[in-house]
Amino acid sequence: MNSPTPEIVPIRSESDVVIVRQNVRKWSISVGFSLVDQTKIVTAASELARNTLIHGGGGELKSFLLQEGNRKGLCLIFDDQGPGIPDIEKALQDGYTTKGGMGLGLGGSKRLSNEFEIKTEVGKGTSIKIIRWKA
Amino acid sequence: MERIPILQMGEFLMVTIQVDMHDKLAMSLQDDLTERISRKNAKGVLIDISSLEMVDSFIGRMLSNIAAMSSVLDARTVVVGMQPAVAITLVELGLSLKGVRTALNIERGMALLQSIRSSQQQVEDSPIEQPYA
Amino acid sequence: MNSKLPTIVKEFETQILQEWTKNQLSQMGSTDKISESELKSESQQFLNLFQISLQSGNTSVRQSKEWAPIRDYLSNLSRTRASQGFSPTETATFIFSLKKPLVARLRTEFEKSPAVLLEEVTASNELVDALGLYTTEAYQKGREELIGRQQEEMLELSTPVVKLWDGILALPMIGTLDSSRTQIVMESLLQKIVETESEIAIIDITGVPTVDTLVAQHLLKTVAAARLMGADCIISGIRPQIAQTIVHLAIDLGSIITKSSLADAFAVALDKRGLQVSSQRQKTALRGEVSAQPPLNH
Repeated sequence: MNSPTPEIVPIRSESDVVIVRQNVRKWSISVGFSLVDQTKIVTAASELARNTLIHGGGGELKSFLLQEGNRKGLCLIFDDQGPGIPDIEKALQDGYTTKGGMGLGLGGSKRLSNEFEIKTEVGKGTSIKIIRWKA
Repeated sequence: MERIPILQMGEFLMVTIQVDMHDKLAMSLQDDLTERISRKNAKGVLIDISSLEMVDSFIGRMLSNIAAMSSVLDARTVVVGMQPAVAITLVELGLSLKGVRTALNIERGMALLQSIRSSQQQVEDSPIEQPYA
Repeated sequence: MNSKLPTIVKEFETQILQEWTKNQLSQMGSTDKISESELKSESQQFLNLFQISLQSGNTSVRQSKEWAPIRDYLSNLSRTRASQGFSPTETATFIFSLKKPLVARLRTEFEKSPAVLLEEVTASNELVDALGLYTTEAYQKGREELIGRQQEEMLELSTPVVKLWDGILALPMIGTLDSSRTQIVMESLLQKIVETESEIAIIDITGVPTVDTLVAQHLLKTVAAARLMGADCIISGIRPQIAQTIVHLAIDLGSIITKSSLADAFAVALDKRGLQVSSQRQKTALRGEVSAQPPLNH
C-alpha cells in the first residue's frame, strides 16, 4: 500500500542535492530505519541525485512510504529528461565513468538498496527506482 | 561564499567538517587546503569528520584527493572520527579511501601525525655515513 | 433455517460438558500436563462463552465481534498449552473433541427428521472446525513468538564485545553465523570501538563451525570499515576446515592479520600497542643471578 501522494523534491542545482539528502534522512527516520540503514539510503540518494543533476541535466525525486503487511520501506524514484543511458550494463560497473567521477554512483547505490530498477531511453531520459525495507 | 575554516597548530593544519557539504564547498576546501599547505609549509593535515552523517563517493574522492595532493606537497593527511554507520556505508559503496590514513579521534590523529613527523625527522637528521650514531 | 443449536447447547450445557470432558480425558490418556479438575473448569469456561456467542446467531467465528471473547479465550489457552508442553494435536483436540457430544445431542433431538439433522450436524461441525483451526493457528503463533524471543536472547548472549586491555577489544563469536546475525554483531563491534576508543579489535571465530562466502564478506567488510574509522582488526581462531573453505571459495583475506589462536592475536595486539608481557618469576630469577655476581666496575 503506497502513501496516497508522493513527496516531490526538484533537483536543479547542487544545493538541491543537499536538500534531497536532508529529506531522505527525515523520511527514513519516520519509517524507523536503524542509523546504518538511514545512512545507506541517504548515501544512495545522494549518488543518484548527483547523477540526475550531472548526467540527466536535472530532474526530480519522488518518494513513497511503503507498507506491505508488517513490512515498512522507503521508495525513491529519480526522474530526468536527459540523454538516457545507452549501455546500462556498463554504467552499473564499478569504475565506469563518463564525467570524471569515481564511477561508483549506480553500482554503489544498487548495493546500498534492497531493490533497484532502472528505466532509460536514449534521448528521452532516465528513471531510477530504489527501495530499502526496514530490517 | 561560505568556506570551511582551516586552523593551524604548529606544523599541522586542522579542519573540522561540520556542515552537510555540497559539492562546490568540497571543491573549495580542496583548493584552500593545498594553497595553505604550500604557503605555510605545513607537514600534516588533520581532517575531523566526526560530525559528518554521510560520506558519498564525491566527498570520499575529495578526501582521497586531499591526501594525494598534500602528499605531493610533503604533508601527511589523517582523517579522524568517521562514524561506524558512515564507514559501513562507504565499504558497501565500494570506497576504501586508499592512501588516506585514519585515526579514531583528534587526539590519536595528532599523535599519528607527530609520530610520522618524528620518524621523518630522524631519517633527515641522521647522517648517512653513521646510521647507528 | 434457524439453527436450533444455540437453544440445545443452552438447555443441555451440563450434559454436553460432562460428555465432552469424558471424551477429552479418554483421548488424552493418562497425562500429568493437566489435572482433571483444571480440564473441567477450562471446558466449563469455554462452553459458557461458546453458548453466549452462539445465541448471537452470527456464525463468522473469525471476524465477528460476538465471537471475540471466544477468540481471546482460545488464544490464551493455546499459548499456555504451548508453554505447558502440549503438542499441537493435543491442543487442537480440546476443541475437536466437542464435535461428538454436540452431534450426539443433535441426533437425539432430530431423530425423526434426517434432513434437518444433516443440516444441523454440518453447521455444528463447521463451527467446531473453524474454532479448532483458530486454536491451531494461535498455538503456532505462540510458538513463533517464543522462538523469536529466544533468538533475540541468543543474539544478545552470544555476541559480547569484551575489553581485553586498554585499547584492545575482543569479540568471541560462537555458533553458526548467518548473514543478518553477522551484520548486527559487526555493527555493535564498530560502535564499541568508538565508545571505548580502542585501536585494535580481535574477532575470534574459534566457536564458529562454518563460514560461507556471505559471512566471510561481512567479516572483510567489518575489517575495512574499522580501518576507515582508524582501528585495526585481527581475526583469530580460524579452524582448519574454515581455512580450507576460504581458500576454496577464493576469498581474499588480503592484508588482514589472521592468527590461529586468541592468545596469539592478543600478543600481536599488545605488541602493536607497545606493551609487553613478562614473567615475574623469570625477572626475580634474573635479578638473583645478577646480585649473586660481583658488582660490575665501570
